[in-house]
Formats: sequence, structure tokens, C-alpha cells
Amino acid sequence: MDTALRMSSARVAHAWLTEAKYEFLRLLRTPSFALPTILFPSMFYILFGVLLNDGSRHGYGVAAHLLASYSAFGVMAPGLFGFGVVVAMEREHGLLTLKRALPMPPGAYLLAKMLMAMLFAAIVVMLLMLLAATLGHVRMPPGNWIALLITAVLGVLPFCAIGLFIGTRVGAQGAPAVVNLIYLPMSFLSGLWIPLQFLPRFLQQIAPLWPAYHLGQIALSASGQDGDHRTALHAAVLAGFSLAFFALAQRGLRRAG
Amino acid sequence: MTGSTVAQLENAVKRYGAVTALDGVDLHVHRGELLALLGVNGAGKTTAVSLLLGLQRPDGGRARLFDLDPQSLAARRRVGVMLQDAMLQAVLRVDELIRLTSSYYPQPLSLQEVARRAGIEELLPRHYGKLSGGQKRRVQFALAICADPEILFLDEPTVGLDHGARTAMWKSLRELVARGCSIVLTTHYLEEAEALADRVAVLSRGRIVAEGSVDEIRAHVAQRRIRCISELNLEMLRGWPGVTQARRDGERLEVAGDEIEAVLRRMLAADPNLRELEVRRAGLAEAFVEITTDAEARTQRKEAA
Repeated sequence: MDTALRMSSARVAHAWLTEAKYEFLRLLRTPSFALPTILFPSMFYILFGVLLNDGSRHGYGVAAHLLASYSAFGVMAPGLFGFGVVVAMEREHGLLTLKRALPMPPGAYLLAKMLMAMLFAAIVVMLLMLLAATLGHVRMPPGNWIALLITAVLGVLPFCAIGLFIGTRVGAQGAPAVVNLIYLPMSFLSGLWIPLQFLPRFLQQIAPLWPAYHLGQIALSASGQDGDHRTALHAAVLAGFSLAFFALAQRGLRRAG
Repeated sequence: MTGSTVAQLENAVKRYGAVTALDGVDLHVHRGELLALLGVNGAGKTTAVSLLLGLQRPDGGRARLFDLDPQSLAARRRVGVMLQDAMLQAVLRVDELIRLTSSYYPQPLSLQEVARRAGIEELLPRHYGKLSGGQKRRVQFALAICADPEILFLDEPTVGLDHGARTAMWKSLRELVARGCSIVLTTHYLEEAEALADRVAVLSRGRIVAEGSVDEIRAHVAQRRIRCISELNLEMLRGWPGVTQARRDGERLEVAGDEIEAVLRRMLAADPNLRELEVRRAGLAEAFVEITTDAEARTQRKEAA
């Protein structure tokens, strides 16, 4: 084949990075995505972790517990919205079709969105950590801070897969509603707003059905708290969710073309 | 495939459920030619283009680009595309959109060169979402030519453009063809096909019902038309040999026929006051209407039988 038409690996990497960079810029410039994603977890933290936290009996524990559970809550959004709503829009608006006609390197589309979601997850969690360390007076060994950050950055992936699945099945109009219908109830049922032990027994029993529950447990363990410390099991469950929804979404994406 | 063919459909069939969108279409696009695909909505133009672009697989027959699978990256790297209803990322600036699209190609043109060729230098720092419809089309055109493609697919490229912008785009298209680029253009502006196309293919109900140069398509309609201001009686004119059609449009009379010289001589003799005489050959528009109506009538007869 004509050598002029071969892509060097540096050029392919450049294409991936360009795609990721503009995906990030684009979401950053979309206030309806960027503001709630970045600010809601922090606002909740200031409200429930700092202002309404009397600090008397287990104040320190509450601030640290909420850091972990709001981290899990916070990283769900870039995955669910960044994929669910954005893919639904791009599918309906013909952008996905155009990209399929262009010689975009295979995988660049999903990889760019994934990197973007991971970056947003990192921002959300670092902001929470900053608030926890300053206003919340949370003290942890450095290893726990790092473990929580890693949990957040990788923990966004199953929600990317779920979002992608939604984006391939639901129209642009319905996608935000569908995502919210999954995001908010699942956060509650997984004990990310109110610790599970305060929820009815039945809800506690079905909590392992929700991927957010497993991420919440990992986040608690990562920050050295009262999680069940079965991180490997939870991680395996999340990997399973990721692969299953990704496979389902692939079928939908092919059909959408 | 001959050496000069860059894209082709071979007996291509595409069905959507019970609807047959393409029903055995053979189409060749040669190097350095502008092929216009004409047809009413639903005739199969967009389906033909999506098969050539590899966006869809034919149910029967095959589609080839540069003798490659149209879905292969190697084929797509030589192609530029402007789709009809693709909404680009509104919050990105025009220069960012060009950089992004250029990054997919091994050897794109420079940003400045793309902007110059598409005539959008002044739009580069603007956000895409803030542009007018016509400006957006020009940006989409810039993305289509950002890697100096060997073949360009343009789906209704001048919809929404004002007169000046349309003329400018026609000029760019002629320059591209002069440099050896092949262009496949779908349009429902017949004057666009008439002004640009080396070859025209007319689609109707998923079949190619006419193919050839603009002159050849025009020749499908042997008729010529007389327009003039005259008091002659329509019923009488319709009875004359050689007249196939006669109608009145205000004070103007329009007569169509095969042996128009004889008809004209008789009209001049019959009405000494006849004035503002005009005789012309059918344009592509008339040819197009006639070809598609014929094709549809044939299909309906076939279905009835």
C-alpha cells in the first residue's frame, strides 16, 4: 500500500490524545455537565460532612466516611452522564455516523471518552479530599489518600460501560432522565448517602446487586475505614459489570451504525 | 475494476425491512470526475452514498472504494466526507474541529491551508455552535477537504448557503476536480448538477433510471418548448400535429412538442401579433421530472400487472 497512507504509531497516539483532549475541553465548556459533576459531591460534603456534622461523638468518623461514600457517588456521574447522555446525543445527531466514515483510529472514540471520565473522576475526588483534609479535619496515612484516588479513577469504568449501554439504547431526549433514574436511586440504595446500616434490612440485603455498592465498599476500605475489606471480590464484581455492559453496548453500537 | 475507477457499486441491494432502498445498482466513479446523484427524497441517494462509505453493508452485490473494503481504514484515509445532518460539537472552536479531524489522517493539510481552501479563515476562532447555517456548511466542507482527499462525498453540500457562498463552494469544487479529486455529490438543486457535473446518475425507487453527461440526460427529453405572448386558442394548438402539450401561464403561452420548427412556423402564421418569442431545449429539471415520472409509471404498471 501507498506508504503516505500509513499511520505511524506516533501519529495514531497523537490522534487518540487529540480526541481525548477535545472531548475533555468540550465537556468542560458544557456547564450543564461540568458544574453538577464537579460541584454536587463537594456541596453535599460541605453540607453533611462539615456544616451538619456536630463533631461531638463520631464527628471525625462521619467526615471520613462521607469522603469515601461521596467519592463513590461523585465518580459515577462522569461515567454515566459522559457516556450515557453524550453517546445518545452523538448517535442521534449523526456525529457517530460521521466519525465512522472518517478514518478515526479504532477505539479512539471510546478511549477518549474513558480518559475524559477518568480525569473528571480524579478532579471530583481530589476536590473532595481537599475539603476533607481542610474543613473536615480528616487525617489518614498517605497510602489511604492514594488508594482512594486510584479507586475513584478506576471506579469510574463500570459506570462508563453502563452509560455507554444506555447511550446506545436511549434517545438524546430521554437519556438524561434515564441516567438520573439510575444514578440517584442506585446511590441511595448502595448506602452512599445514608450508611447502609441505617437502611431497612431488605435494602441492605439487596445492596450487593448494585455496582455502586461495591465501589462504595472499596472506597471505604481504601480509606482505611469500616468497609468489609473484601476489595478483590468487589473489584471482580465491578469488572464483571463493566465487561457485561460493554459487550451489550458493542452490539448496540454496531446496530446504531 | 478499471484503473480509473475509484469507487463502485456492483449490483448493490439494500433493504430496510420490507422497503428496498437500493434494488441492484451499478455505479462507477472515475478519477477526477464529478458525479451528481439526483433523485427525489427516498430515491436511494443517501443509501448509495452510505454503502460507498462503508457506513452500511449491502444486502446483495458489493461496494468497493479504491478496490478496498469501504470500511477499511486504508480506504477511509483517502476519503473526505460531508454528511447532510451531522451536528458537530457546538462548544468546540472551528480551528479545534479542523485539528481534531486532521488528526485522523496520516498527512493532513496545514490548518491555514484548509481554512484558505474552504474560505473560512475568519471563522477559525469562532465556536461552531454560534455559526449560521451557511457558515456551518462551510466548516463541514473544510473538514471534508482537510486531508486533500482523492474522493469527496458531499451530501447536499449547498443547502442553506446564500448565493455568494454557493458560488464560492462551486468554485472550490471545480478546483478540486481540476486537481484530480473525484467528487460524488447528491443534490436536489438541478442547476447545481447542471453547473458542476461531468456525469449525472438519476435514481428512482432504488434503481438508476438514467446515467450520462448532462447533455445526454437532457437528450432524454427530445422536446423543446416555445414560450411567447399570443392569443392563440389552446384547444386548437393541442390539435396540431407535433404538439404534445399546450398551456397558458397568465398572458404567456407555453407549447411543447417534438417537431417544434413546424409548429412555430404555423403559430407565427396564425397570429401576426405573437411576440416575446423564446424557444428552448428542456433543462435538466424537465429531463429529471420526465425520467422519474416515466420510471415511476413503469413501476406502477409493473406492480399493477
